[in-house]
Amino acid sequence: MEHIHTLSIQNTYDADFIKRVEEASGQQVSKCYQCGNCSASCNYTYVYDYPVNQIMRLIQLGQREIVLKSRSIWLCASCQACTTRCPCNIEVSHVMESLRIMSREEKMVSLKDIQLFYDEFLRSVKTFGRVFETGLLPVFNMKAKRPFGDMDLAPLVLKKGKLHLLPSRIKGRKEVAGIFERLEAFHKKHEA
Amino acid sequence: MKRIAYYQGCSLEGLASEYDISTRAVCDALGIELIEIPDWNCCGSSPAHSADPLLSSALAGRNLAIAEAEGCDVVMTPCPGCLKSLKGALETCHDPQQCDAFREILGMPFEGRIRAISVLELLYKDVGVDALRAQVQKPYADQVIVPYYGCLLTRPPKFADFDDPENPVSMDRLLEAVGVTVPDFPYKTECCGATYGVTRNDIVGKLTGRILDMALRVGAEAVAVACPLCQQNLDLRQAQVNRHMNRTFDLPVVYITQVIGIALGIAPKELGLDKLFVNADFLLRSAREEEPQAKTIG
Ligand code: SF4
Ligand code: SF4
Repeated sequence: MEHIHTLSIQNTYDADFIKRVEEASGQQVSKCYQCGNCSASCNYTYVYDYPVNQIMRLIQLGQREIVLKSRSIWLCASCQACTTRCPCNIEVSHVMESLRIMSREEKMVSLKDIQLFYDEFLRSVKTFGRVFETGLLPVFNMKAKRPFGDMDLAPLVLKKGKLHLLPSRIKGRKEVAGIFERLEAFHKKHEA
Repeated sequence: MKRIAYYQGCSLEGLASEYDISTRAVCDALGIELIEIPDWNCCGSSPAHSADPLLSSALAGRNLAIAEAEGCDVVMTPCPGCLKSLKGALETCHDPQQCDAFREILGMPFEGRIRAISVLELLYKDVGVDALRAQVQKPYADQVIVPYYGCLLTRPPKFADFDDPENPVSMDRLLEAVGVTVPDFPYKTECCGATYGVTRNDIVGKLTGRILDMALRVGAEAVAVACPLCQQNLDLRQAQVNRHMNRTFDLPVVYITQVIGIALGIAPKELGLDKLFVNADFLLRSAREEEPQAKTIG
């Protein structure tokens, strides 16, 4: 959690930030009047460093680094409770999603293990065309340095005949990998 | 009945195999022809959303494109997470600002005419509560089950376009139609911890623990679900929940399609009842009572 200097908040003010968040998410964050409905609806407030209404306020205050380095944006489960209940019709959950993507782009991801899990998941999709649950877990455990994570579940899953030792590779693997490649090429073209 | 494309998604191929077979069995019993999308791929789920919305749309789009090529105008998926991706792809495809990029990345012909629905929506709207009631062969006698909808089935309302976002009732009505007693359940749409089972199972322990606790408080014998991720958190991880919360929950967590399937007279094995982690044989109680021998005694 970044320390906020409340008396000199202008030192960390990034005038462009709110505009960039609004463009990326298509949501008018400036409309938020801090009613707190989103945070009251959020089951994850207890693990957040800043409740989601404060994230919204910090965006308005141009506090780019604090927001993009927050744990909250990576612990958000996209459950849509906030979006459903915001009286200003802001899709708050969508804003959180855009912030996650921006924090990746600006290399400010706070919870690297969650990002790692998502990346390994996508690698599995790119390789096989589908997610290989049984293969994903040990690879993630190894890379996240938690060798025994969820190992208590293995005997249960095995007993029910649900442990697959081989991934199901689809025929259109190249087509799926092609989607990843074209996406990369698309972004390169637009950055240039 | 029209031909409906079927997108099972990765979970239903692995840990949620019983959701897949019970969905197929129930549709079969109700005369709905499901056409599995040939060579379907993963929709990318939350990891794709958190990396790039265009990735999510294109991954889901490939499945929709194949379904369209098969001549289907509706695609059904039992998984609310997959449904979110499929609907997201359709939204992107029809958004003038993103349409060109989407098509370039997808790289295959796709018109975007197809509609995406959940199995719950199929049962509730296309089949209907009354038609389902008429097909019941073994109504439940006294089972008490709470419906747990999870976060995505009805939210956000504009996007999901199904049932009430705060107090959904579709599963309540379907359960009642097959003879189940359904108490009011205040935690119908509270989040269970979603994908954090692997990375943060303390969170799942706490959130799922609350849901199980409330189910017991309102007198439920089981929780009915329509999401493979919710089911995993509530059932497979119940022992972890017990450890985190210092509790001794032993509450069956069953798929809505399994509950309905038993009432339609489908054999438990064909619904994968034996694949659940917490034993759910209580569902068979009424089925046994309905057998001829039991009747002659009375
Ligand atoms: S519910 Fe909407 S208006 Fe209220 S604090 Fe949250 S984002 Fe702001
Ligand atoms: S979408 Fe994220 S921020 Fe919004 S209520 Fe759910 S977990 Fe909280």
